Amino acid sequence: MSEPLLAVRDLHAWYGEGHALHGVDLDVFRGETVTLLGRNGVGKTTTLRAIMGLIRKRKGSVTFNGKDLIRLPLHRVAHQGIGFVPEERGIFATLTVDENLILPPVVAKGGMSVEEIFELFPNLKERRNSQGTKLSGGEQQMLAIARILRTGVEMLLLDEPTEGLAPVIVQRIGELLATLKKRGMTILLVEQNFRFAARIADRFYLMDHGKVVEGFPVGQLSAHTDKLHEVLGV
Amino acid sequence: MTMIFGIPIQALLGQLLVGLINGSFYAMLSLGLAVIFGLLRIINFAHGALYMLGAFIGYLLLVHLGIGYWPALVIVPLAVGLFGMAVERVALSRLYRLDPLYGLLFTFGLALVIEGVFRYYYGVSGNPYAVPTLLAGGTNLGFMFLPNYRGWVVVASLIVCVGTWLLIEKTRLGSYLRAATENPELVQAFGVNVPLLLTLTYGLGAALAGLAGILAAPVYQVSPLMGSDLIIVVFAVVVVGGMGSILGAIVTGYMLGLAEGLTKVFYPEASNLVVFVIMAIVLLLRPAGLFGRDA
Repeated sequence: MSEPLLAVRDLHAWYGEGHALHGVDLDVFRGETVTLLGRNGVGKTTTLRAIMGLIRKRKGSVTFNGKDLIRLPLHRVAHQGIGFVPEERGIFATLTVDENLILPPVVAKGGMSVEEIFELFPNLKERRNSQGTKLSGGEQQMLAIARILRTGVEMLLLDEPTEGLAPVIVQRIGELLATLKKRGMTILLVEQNFRFAARIADRFYLMDHGKVVEGFPVGQLSAHTDKLHEVLGV
Repeated sequence: MTMIFGIPIQALLGQLLVGLINGSFYAMLSLGLAVIFGLLRIINFAHGALYMLGAFIGYLLLVHLGIGYWPALVIVPLAVGLFGMAVERVALSRLYRLDPLYGLLFTFGLALVIEGVFRYYYGVSGNPYAVPTLLAGGTNLGFMFLPNYRGWVVVASLIVCVGTWLLIEKTRLGSYLRAATENPELVQAFGVNVPLLLTLTYGLGAALAGLAGILAAPVYQVSPLMGSDLIIVVFAVVVVGGMGSILGAIVTGYMLGLAEGLTKVFYPEASNLVVFVIMAIVLLLRPAGLFGRDA
């Protein structure tokens, strides 16, 4: 098998004195969509934040395209080709939709142009001069994803993109992720909505108590139903 | 003689002009303070000392090197800006993860050190700085006599304020700055070098203070105390405008300068107090300031 695009080994992270990750191991291969599953508070969001370097107190190894991310300053991580869409979306209130869209610097060739993005998200075009936070929750989520697509990153870290959104918007985000997957984007997704994740993921990692307890491909989903019930409480 | 509310119009316009000039300095200084507070969350107590440093560098360039006002107008902001960037890199950048009180205490200490050094070498009496020949004399406007240099100060400060506002509101660098004010970690995770942005921002604030200092040199005496005399009023301006609000700092700077000027005409005894009375009223009615967003 080829080398993983993202390889995480024995990753530990701390919030102050609180030990939040207890040795996470995971791989994401080029073009794959991988979902982290687990109950609230098991460390899924912390894993994404620790990969990006948003949590500085961490130990272990995170390599992306063969390069060690742990040693890089936070602002150099995105330039390796990895983009982050946070759970709270991070739309800036003092910036217009247009300004929010072009805020993240382009890190590599091959990103979408603003025109392509507006074709994909006509709502954003209509509201391009509005203040970013005046958009609906669904539109803000679209904007949060769209602005990363402009940068030309190879991989997206997506934290709970469907949280708090109406079913019709969730469906739209599902379609968007399917389109990105077809274009070859590698995605690491954190998602509570298991049904949503099951439709788009190639593989799953199950997290509990700050580490990965199991990993399996989508084809083995039914074989893991009992384990999912046990860990997810669903 | 034309009178308004029993006051000769010349006296009224004269005081309004004084108010407008003071307001120009309030606006430029509070603008720098607002820019620094917005991004660095540091209440820069050294701002008055940086303003004084600007005036003194201009004075020393003239006395020791024969470099006049116009070149100094470029050299001084650059020098004070670079000094500010060095201060941010060496000291302030180590304090961001601590309580904001540490930043306040550090800049307060820095102000005392800068002021102390200049007091040691130059005493507390002021040193005159001549008005540049090009702007000497005045213009008779018909209803009042306008000293040319004072007119220039008002125009120059307006250009600086509008220019800074455009830089922050209309450029890509400005959008980085505004976004980093809201969520610096996320902006950094997008690949923007936020530590460099912080250094540049403190440098910009310091450069604005230095520029205000060299503009002030021919109006006021160049003295080690000129910064500490002004800084308390400038803090009041920032509070009234809304901490961190760029537009608030500019508009409130001119407004409070004019209010001070008008008070000098109608009730001179209260002219030193009026800014603080307005601050108290604004804090009671609108704690976030006139242009501030409620927390």
